[in-house]
Amino acid sequence: MINIKVNGKAYQLAVDPSTPILWVLRDTLGLMGTKFGCGVAQCGACTVHLDGEGIRSCISPVSRAAGKEITTIEGLDVKLGKPLEQAWIQEDVPQCGYCQSGQIMAAAILLRDNPNPTDQDIDDGMSGNLCRCGTYQRIRKAIHVAAKLRT
Amino acid sequence: MKEINHINRRQFIKTGSAVGGGLLLSFYLPAFGKAIKTAVNNAPASFIPNAFIRIGADDIITIICNHSEMGQGAYTSVPMMVAEELDADWSKIRFESAPVDPVYNHLGFGMQATGGSSSTLSEYDRLRNAGATARAMLIAAAAQTWKVDPSACKTENGKVINKVSGKSLLYSELVEKASLINAPKLVQLKDPKDFNIIGKPIKRLDTPEKINGTGIFGLDVKVAGLLTALIARPPVFGGKVKSFNADKAKAIPGVKHVVEIERGIAVVADGFWPAKLGREALEIVWDEGALKDLDSITQRKQYAALAKEPGVSARKEGDVAASMAGAVKKIDATYELPYLAHAPMEPLNCVADVKVDSCEIWVGTQFQTMEFMNAVQITGLKPEQVKVHTTLLGGGFGRRGVLDCHFVREAVQVSKAINAPVKVIWTREDDIQGGYYRPAAHHVINAGIDASGMPLFWQQQIVCQSFAVGTVMEAMMVKDGVDSTAVEGAADMAYNVPNLKVNWNMAPGGVPTLWWRSVGHSGNAFVTETFIDALAHAAGKDPYQYRLALLEKHLRHKRVLVMAAEKSNWGKPLPAGRARGIAIHESFGSYVAHVAEVSIPKPGTIKVHKVVSVIDCGPVVNPETIRAQIEGCVVFGLTAALYGEISFEKGRVKQRNFYDYKILRMNEMPQVEVHIVPSTEKMGGVGEPGVPPVAPAVANALFLLTGRRIRKLPFAKEDLVKKV
Ligand code: FES
Ligand code: FES
Repeated sequence: MINIKVNGKAYQLAVDPSTPILWVLRDTLGLMGTKFGCGVAQCGACTVHLDGEGIRSCISPVSRAAGKEITTIEGLDVKLGKPLEQAWIQEDVPQCGYCQSGQIMAAAILLRDNPNPTDQDIDDGMSGNLCRCGTYQRIRKAIHVAAKLRT
Repeated sequence: MKEINHINRRQFIKTGSAVGGGLLLSFYLPAFGKAIKTAVNNAPASFIPNAFIRIGADDIITIICNHSEMGQGAYTSVPMMVAEELDADWSKIRFESAPVDPVYNHLGFGMQATGGSSSTLSEYDRLRNAGATARAMLIAAAAQTWKVDPSACKTENGKVINKVSGKSLLYSELVEKASLINAPKLVQLKDPKDFNIIGKPIKRLDTPEKINGTGIFGLDVKVAGLLTALIARPPVFGGKVKSFNADKAKAIPGVKHVVEIERGIAVVADGFWPAKLGREALEIVWDEGALKDLDSITQRKQYAALAKEPGVSARKEGDVAASMAGAVKKIDATYELPYLAHAPMEPLNCVADVKVDSCEIWVGTQFQTMEFMNAVQITGLKPEQVKVHTTLLGGGFGRRGVLDCHFVREAVQVSKAINAPVKVIWTREDDIQGGYYRPAAHHVINAGIDASGMPLFWQQQIVCQSFAVGTVMEAMMVKDGVDSTAVEGAADMAYNVPNLKVNWNMAPGGVPTLWWRSVGHSGNAFVTETFIDALAHAAGKDPYQYRLALLEKHLRHKRVLVMAAEKSNWGKPLPAGRARGIAIHESFGSYVAHVAEVSIPKPGTIKVHKVVSVIDCGPVVNPETIRAQIEGCVVFGLTAALYGEISFEKGRVKQRNFYDYKILRMNEMPQVEVHIVPSTEKMGGVGEPGVPPVAPAVANALFLLTGRRIRKLPFAKEDLVKKV
């Protein structure tokens, strides 16, 4: 049995402890907002927060989350999430949209730690998140917009 | 100028059933005609004037989208076209994906499909007509209510207004009455100057669900009792299972079934992770088949040898042989272009639930009719027992429109075998190594310029595989022995060359190939646009002016080129170490020029600072979608130029995942500036035409820095060294 908290809810799970968090979220808990893109920590589509730290859930065994709290796109704190959502809509960021929950989860950490990032800070913070549709320019802009919305 | 459109109902039904071949039953019969009033699933009473519109008594207007949403914005641009002519209140518009039905067939392809950069242009007339028809019926209903002539009514923002009394009725209030009215045969479409929605940067309708985790992609589909399958496919294309032992796989907790299907062995489990562990534990002996020694180095030599054969003529102007002697300078070049994987961000997947008397499929597909027909064939069920639901597509780029429908067939086969609903998931490795690549190609060009520096002759030999020959697409795509997708963008080159010869040699098949965003143009434009640049330099002319002179009769090309030069400050000084390159290409009815600003920060590296893009795609439906598509095309094209290569060794694909099949990252993103030419010319596409001129614009800029012409993609380290 593994005890974890996801988006504020406590769970006791009987799963193989080596199962990546990603598949526990998707297959066991039915939380489909966290995406599978590569499975090898290359794309960031699976980004979630583990005790407030951005992690690649596809390579993190659920045992790592024992006794800890996971936050997914479904449970992102409004204070962090709202300005990002608004900015994403305003800048028409998503194309196919598949990478975007990972992008938002990464951007949320970036803005929390650096409320007023430069382009360079954004590039540094976001380069782990791939977007095959090529929405990078709009993500950059939207992060600046979200930074303003937060103040 | 007002258009009068005559809706020929017979014609619609005829086109509809031609491809379905009577196989399909119409769900919303008919496409246009008498309205149907329904109350589906306790939904409020609705007015359904045709297959594309449902107006609810709750004031919500649902547009049924017959084009898949794969990032190109179809779920916004399709509703926009309907809503415009319907004079709907945009805030009341919702969208829904269409079921499979001949009324939703692509008017050009004759089946329900999304591709060819055609979602908007192929529907521009039909969907505006659908909106205008509904509007006319709502007006008739209001006129009846008020006992006035319809001409005394106008519409605005979801209401019919009585011009005399000033009274108004919401569309939702007219649902009952409008349902009893016959659709008019003639409707008048708006004068574009009266557009309120078309041409405006309307925000995407589907952004909220794509950013809050609620949007349903194929991978996110939930069905009661759903199992997950991973499939072990042959390590070499064309291979087969000789024998296998599933004991170790079955011993993995959570693994439920191991079944052999057409293309391999499926491990079915109660989740992805056990299915993956189960697949790794399979012991399979493969018959590797004819391609077991396939090797990219050998294949390149083969292609080079093939290029020496005459091949089939794709274009012939003047007399190349006779003109050669008159050339003052000759240039020869050989180009090598790799196989490329689409690598959509969402790996392929499909959910199938096959029962004795029904089959339901949930899939992100570009090819609904084909998936449907394959499911009917595999299950042996009646067409009306089979349902295909289209989910959001996490990228398509051509990969989700496959002639053999393999990723749907697999799921249907597994579900049928285990008698339970199943989701087949491809891992990223399955995707990168799974084939259906942009074909590799080899080009040989010899050309010469005359005393004035202009091209005198150009002879080009193209070698590549065909994915059309031998398929149902052959009749459509192959003309006079030439696969049009193999030579497009080269054989129909716009530059005026008096003696021109383009021939094609079909390379042997085996490696599954497919349309990859911009198809043949993706490689052919790299060849023509870097080679024309080389001719300009050989002639001592400015490459922009040189192109302009050669496009004398091509007004749309010229307009785009001139605007690109202007917006990019062509010819003006740049910061030290930077260079500009230009390229222009027409594809899918649109004209795109890019000017790339490039530097080499360190030997072996490249920085693309800025790309100025100009597009003429004719009338604009949503300018913001166009900008986004061009930005995406730049990233797609740059990714291929810098990194894209699928290669083989011992029959196996060498690349595996994003670490060796790299995708451009945020820190490599240039500033992209998009300009749209105001145009009333014929409408073109926007999803693909931005891709072809990217790599040549960048390579042409690099030439100025390195003195080296790049003739092999992706760029090599040696291509990125400044000249001394
Ligand atoms: S799926 Fe985890 S980083 Fe790609
Ligand atoms: S929006 Fe499609 S992958 Fe990012």
